[in-house]
Amino acid sequence: MNILVCITHVPDTTSRIQFTDNNTKFDKSGVQFIIGPYDDYALARAVELRDQSGGKLTVLNVGEAETEPTLRKALAIGADEAVRINADPVDSLFVARQIAHHAKEGAYDLILMGRESIDFNGGMVHGMVGELLGMPSISPVMKLDIEGDKAVLSREIEGGKEFLEVNLPFIAGCQEPIAEWKIPNMRGIMSARTKPLNVIEPKEAEKAAEVKAYALPPAKGEVKLIEKENVEELVRLLNTEAKVL
Amino acid sequence: MAPEDFNYSQRKDHFEGVDFYELDELLTEEQKMVRLAVRDFVKKEISPYIEKWAQETHFPQEIVKKMGQLGVFGSYLPTEYGGGGLDYTSYGLMMQEIERGDSGMRSTASVQSSLVMYPIYAFGTEVQRKKYLPKLSSGEWLGCFGLTEPDHGSNPAGMQSRFKDMGDHFLLNGSKMWISNSPKADLALVWAKDENDRIHGLLLERGMEGFSTPETHNKWSLRASCTGELVFDNVKVPKENLLPGKSGLGAPLMCLDSARYGIAWGAIGAAMDCYHTALTYSKQRVQFGKPIAAFQLTQKKLSEMLTEITKAQVLAWRLGQLMDKGKASTTQISMAKRNNVAMALEVARECRQILGGMGITGDFSIMRHMMNLESVLTYEGTHDIHLLILGQHITGIPSFS
Repeated sequence: MNILVCITHVPDTTSRIQFTDNNTKFDKSGVQFIIGPYDDYALARAVELRDQSGGKLTVLNVGEAETEPTLRKALAIGADEAVRINADPVDSLFVARQIAHHAKEGAYDLILMGRESIDFNGGMVHGMVGELLGMPSISPVMKLDIEGDKAVLSREIEGGKEFLEVNLPFIAGCQEPIAEWKIPNMRGIMSARTKPLNVIEPKEAEKAAEVKAYALPPAKGEVKLIEKENVEELVRLLNTEAKVL
Repeated sequence: MAPEDFNYSQRKDHFEGVDFYELDELLTEEQKMVRLAVRDFVKKEISPYIEKWAQETHFPQEIVKKMGQLGVFGSYLPTEYGGGGLDYTSYGLMMQEIERGDSGMRSTASVQSSLVMYPIYAFGTEVQRKKYLPKLSSGEWLGCFGLTEPDHGSNPAGMQSRFKDMGDHFLLNGSKMWISNSPKADLALVWAKDENDRIHGLLLERGMEGFSTPETHNKWSLRASCTGELVFDNVKVPKENLLPGKSGLGAPLMCLDSARYGIAWGAIGAAMDCYHTALTYSKQRVQFGKPIAAFQLTQKKLSEMLTEITKAQVLAWRLGQLMDKGKASTTQISMAKRNNVAMALEVARECRQILGGMGITGDFSIMRHMMNLESVLTYEGTHDIHLLILGQHITGIPSFS
């Protein structure tokens, strides 16, 4: 089994989000970066599948040199080799094109990634990669097993679950509880030192979209707590202050 | 109050570390990955349960195997014996993160790594290394270290445990006290005198006739780790269980250097946890119409704590560099252990004041850390003894002999 896992390099969920350059750039100073949490689930399941069936697990990120510690962490968790496509991931189509170019050469049986990143939350890349490669793309996958040349999986749909069977190769956007995310152990961290991390230049490098500006959501208003016995006061405030009644 | 009635904290662990002087720039990516892995482990396996374990004086024995899987035991020993092949700074960061969770958990890890695995590696035969180190590294076995005796704490040279050469075996008699891990240990590394008054290390396995490990009860400190005695009543120890590589008091003291180094880092973890808790609390707790963080006396406390934590971090980082170069002296380690543990205890006390009555309860980690640190201040060389070790180094005159 030859598996590709695409990971994002995103700010930790507790980071303070600020912008620079007239609100056109994200301010990375003092921000801790992590593997995208949904990608982390995909990686954890890929490690399990590789351990069950043997083969090779490659982890890929489209990003500049600063993302290499994140790729090394993925190697410490259990990937066999890493690929960094040396480019600023400007938009979803750009990223999908880079993944598709690499995947065409890699002959992967399975391409996994998170259902969405947690920085821009586009949730589009898996679908685009499927389209570019002419393969099925399924998301959000919550359970995934491989039986011969087929995958048996379940995904979340509106109001329920869908159980599917699909021929390999295909692309999955993953979410919990597909696997429990893994903490790298010390042996993994040591071995990550010597595993290959290949840097590839991007192809079809033109942007499909451009960010004009970012804006933060309005600051949270103050919370007023009203005792449950005091419904009249609540109604009065909703009327006079919040003006929603 | 019955334990089941106790409202154990369900608060989520949002700890992020304290780095005022941007010391992270001095760490390698690998060291940062080690720290994050152990921090994540603590958040998953220790923080959600530790208040309950401590209240109920429960040693979670399953944590030993989990720590083994993570690779914290013998991380600086070569990989061929199950070690991690990592540097001493990484080991220090591991101890910092585990003690951020609990000093008792860190004690379990320190003893296994520095006081059992290290001497078997450094002073043991190849057969002993191959037999014991992989089992200790994986956490399949738990080890303990017997040096301190009921009448010989700061003065281990006066120990009364002795063994006689009986031809085909050694016969060991005596006892040890205040031994971390002893009640659950599969292996005990015991220091005892031979017929020529020379101190040697002996490896005792659980189940040897005449060897028992009674537990010490009613501790107010390190309540989630187990402590006990080692009692030797005519124990027949096979001759191949003697560590041949080094004898004399210098051998156990070398192990203590490694353990004390880990404590110098560990104490920073406990201090950072208290500081993080008190800072968060002081911004939320409102008195006289404003958060207590707005008051000058709270700001004084927080400022002094951050200063002392930062100084301790610099000390530990530099000591790690010296350890990795093989240049750290016993006195340098004494200074760091002494300073950092006293700093952490002072931080815990100040933080407890910021939390007021809430700081007294088991809903917060502070008083648990404070009580733990009272042990840490005393064990592995007391606060005062480390001062005298430094005094001897400065003046050339030993004050305790």
